Amino acid sequence: MDLFLQQTLDGLATGAIYASLALAVVMIYQAIDHFNFAQGEMAMFSTFIAWQLIAWGMPYWAAFLICLAFSFIGGMLIERVIFAPIHDAPVLSHIVIFIALTLIFNALAGFVWDFTIKEFPSPFPDKLPFESTLIGPHEFGVVGITLVMLGLIYVFFRFTPVGLAMRAAAANPVSAALVGISVKRMLGLGWGLAAVVGAVAGMMIAPKVYLEPNMMLGILLYGFAGAVVGGLTSPGGAVVGGFLMGVLENLAGTYIIGSELKLTFALVVIVAVLLFKPAGLFGRVVVMRV
Amino acid sequence: MASHDPRANPADSYLLFGIAMPKVRMITLVVGIALAITLPFMVSNFAVFQMTQVLVYAIAVLGLNLLTGYNGQFSLGHSAFYALGAYTTAIMIDRYEIEYYWTILPAGIVCFIGGFLFGLPALRLEGLYLALATFALAVATPQLLRYEHFEEFTGGVQGIDVFKPDSPISGLNADQYLYFFVLVVGALLILGAWNLVRGRTGRAMIAIRDNPIAASTMGINTSLYKSITFGVSGFYTGIAGALGAIVAEFVAPDSFTFFLSVWFLVGMVVGGLASIPAAIAGGIFILYMPNVSEEVISLFFGNDPSAKALIWVAFGLFLIFTVYVVPNGLAGLIRQGIAKLARRPGA
Amino acid sequence: MKLRLMSTVAVAAMALGAGPALAANAPGVTDTEIKIGNTNPYSGPASSYGTIGKSISACWDSINAGGGVNGRKIKWISYDDGYSPPKTKEQIRKLIERDEVAFTFQTLGTPTNSAVHKYMNKKKVPHLFVATGATKWGQPSKFPWTIGWQPNYQTVGAIFGNYILQNHPNAKVAIINQNDDYGKDYVIGMKQEMGDKFDKLVVKQETYEVTDPTIDSQIVGLANSGADVFVNISIPKFAAQAIKKMAAIGWKPVHLLNDVAASIKSTYTPAGLENSKGIISVDFYKDPNDPEWKDDAETKAWHAFMDKYYPDGDKANKFNAYGWAVCHTMKAVLEQAGDNLSRENIMKEAANLKQVHVPMLLPGMAVDTSPTDFYPLEQMQMMRFDGSRNVRFGPLISAETE
Repeated sequence: MDLFLQQTLDGLATGAIYASLALAVVMIYQAIDHFNFAQGEMAMFSTFIAWQLIAWGMPYWAAFLICLAFSFIGGMLIERVIFAPIHDAPVLSHIVIFIALTLIFNALAGFVWDFTIKEFPSPFPDKLPFESTLIGPHEFGVVGITLVMLGLIYVFFRFTPVGLAMRAAAANPVSAALVGISVKRMLGLGWGLAAVVGAVAGMMIAPKVYLEPNMMLGILLYGFAGAVVGGLTSPGGAVVGGFLMGVLENLAGTYIIGSELKLTFALVVIVAVLLFKPAGLFGRVVVMRV
Repeated sequence: MASHDPRANPADSYLLFGIAMPKVRMITLVVGIALAITLPFMVSNFAVFQMTQVLVYAIAVLGLNLLTGYNGQFSLGHSAFYALGAYTTAIMIDRYEIEYYWTILPAGIVCFIGGFLFGLPALRLEGLYLALATFALAVATPQLLRYEHFEEFTGGVQGIDVFKPDSPISGLNADQYLYFFVLVVGALLILGAWNLVRGRTGRAMIAIRDNPIAASTMGINTSLYKSITFGVSGFYTGIAGALGAIVAEFVAPDSFTFFLSVWFLVGMVVGGLASIPAAIAGGIFILYMPNVSEEVISLFFGNDPSAKALIWVAFGLFLIFTVYVVPNGLAGLIRQGIAKLARRPGA
Repeated sequence: MKLRLMSTVAVAAMALGAGPALAANAPGVTDTEIKIGNTNPYSGPASSYGTIGKSISACWDSINAGGGVNGRKIKWISYDDGYSPPKTKEQIRKLIERDEVAFTFQTLGTPTNSAVHKYMNKKKVPHLFVATGATKWGQPSKFPWTIGWQPNYQTVGAIFGNYILQNHPNAKVAIINQNDDYGKDYVIGMKQEMGDKFDKLVVKQETYEVTDPTIDSQIVGLANSGADVFVNISIPKFAAQAIKKMAAIGWKPVHLLNDVAASIKSTYTPAGLENSKGIISVDFYKDPNDPEWKDDAETKAWHAFMDKYYPDGDKANKFNAYGWAVCHTMKAVLEQAGDNLSRENIMKEAANLKQVHVPMLLPGMAVDTSPTDFYPLEQMQMMRFDGSRNVRFGPLISAETE
């Protein structure tokens, strides 16, 4: 029982990591109606920027904020410079660009910061107010931050004019433009915000798994899976999906199949979920019109 | 009169530099075949080896293109079929001592079945969801190949050595022989694909891609055709895997990471969707472009290994640049070029 | 001109009289240069090993600055293979057939080297000191052109197995290993050493994938098994995660950590020095960041080398000391070969190293090979981390592989 509790809580802690990245995935999906395969590497790169600032002696929160600002501008620039000119190219061409960006960010980080692991500080206190070996302070903090981000994103897309406009621009660019929304600006903004959410995720993930250029490789997979299982149109679903992936992976690894095929098992579950709920657990079913 | 035949391609009546289009195609084909046959005698063994690899990748890209380009289904999981084909051949050669040339077709058939079976559940998935499901397949593949209970067959983490055939033909060395072997298999597969996409099945595949609902109202069994396309696609990629195993003389789980799927995708997009010759362009791109990037970086940084990470920065930039210049792939570029240059007779 | 030709003939004739015929120098060897080929994972999942190739490159720079080897400068051509076996095959063929290197050296990885194992032996090109600890590189009768360097993984596994039998004969043992050839070889070594005791003592074994984000779940599972000895076969990233998690959940077994991760700066510092206290590891070369070697002349020389020739390199990374040591092994082979730089002779000398000392090996250790012994390094020493340094204990253990 103890093991079960520990594995579940641990799964939630790891799940928080997946959930934070899944949020970034949903963020960009809401903004551009696409998966961004380069999301993980962008987040990793942002985290390295923060790491560098801290290594130069900047206090944590200052580095945190500058990193977010940098990510926002960086995200917008990527949209403006790289994607705007090929806006009308087929979807697959966009995917190839995502692949190119993944390679570029990964290689560039390796070139600048090398491939040895780096410690990244946690912003949370060393000790929890209560005594527990079940969950550490950082894990606790990550769950909290993820939920806060979820709240902010929910409010943003639900209640702010900009958020609504962004969703409109992604879902139906032509109609959105007709009602006076600048689709271009919304796209740029969406990229910027997705990069910010990714950067926060990166800075929450790094203290746990250590910072290195390949840090996001595995996490991205689970983050995507979480987002898809939860439903790409639902930030709340993505977070639930992320937590679910974390717990599922741990429990399957412990009780069912052993760690050797844990990943495979988690993937089978994704496919199974998709078969029965093709729009994800919380996603909206899009009805196709002939 | 040919022009009144309703099945005739209207583009056939166009002229390119004063030559009729069917003739242009024939000339291109003949030149291509002549090059493919003579080139291996003019270059080094290493270059022949690289060309063989290009052909192998081209076959895999063709397999993917049948699925995505002609049928509109995404896949990031083709490294799994490639691996399945490669291991089928490796196990047959190593464990059962079957001659390599008897293993190619079985590898394809195994992958056809694998593809067909995977295609069944994939029916319910569209676009990104299918991409994720296939992505999952690709990621799980190396782990499955390493799984200790399969070790007896797969060799586990150690992989399997594959016997490389010596040339039975005097005048050809082993590299040249293998090149021609792959070339013949590739040519048969291209011919097969060409027939397929022009026949009933091909028209059904394309109809499903362009408008699935209309296709099904016209009485096309979309599920069956989608699954069969998955199977055929797996067949092609599996044969590529089988040939790849013989060319590399070795299979191991690390040879089949999901990046391989990504390369196939890149090759397909850069080459161009729904085009058979594009697969060869795609194969050329994925083999030579990393090498070109490496040369470019060593031009600037010499032999300094610290700069090696930049190879992939250069490659990424080349890739973005390529998409800019040819958003519809090289095949699209050629089509556009012909559309611009070709003239209607008398015009 | 004629005179010079005459003297060459005379020298050749003398050599003929003195011993076996002088074979022609290998391709890539001139009077001023020796071309050496290499592949390394500078990209991809194993790119953390890429620094080995970089430090070796810097090492050749430093040797060239000192005049090279017997008057010849080393030209080091190192290609990226991304740890993908088919790519290795292509790059190795490029090195040998297009760049015409004399031989290859320190090509990295087990699956990658496996892909070219037969090719190198068929081509009769020395495939020297491959950077992997698999046992298959030491088969001189079957593969006379391939030789390893580091103590093989199974040896380390055997040392751990032996340590458990000697000191904790009734222990409950938990194991975690990377799910690949490297991780599995250690376990094989342990099994061989412990015999049927292995199944009796080992209560739980877990694995992880290099792409796993964390191994927390595995550690929790192992802790829950009630094990009091923990054998940890992981790379620094996951070793550090394990140490941190163990401290967080209060699991304090006897912790045996493999040499790959036994690094103060790469593993213990990120994991917390206090958490790492008491870890027992095994190694064959000096961790340059260990205060133990602060005043050691070889370590100082290494630091000077890093400052001058590889300033971008991470001194915290032990692999850079590894690169320095293996590079000097290669240098010793070339020095021994003198001006007889045929592929046959280079291979012969690589298999004829008699107690050669190379810098950064632990005191008392030496490289030793013979035509029937293709395992250059077979000794290691155990050590225990005391919170600031690794204190070596016990003798040098040699595990001869048969």
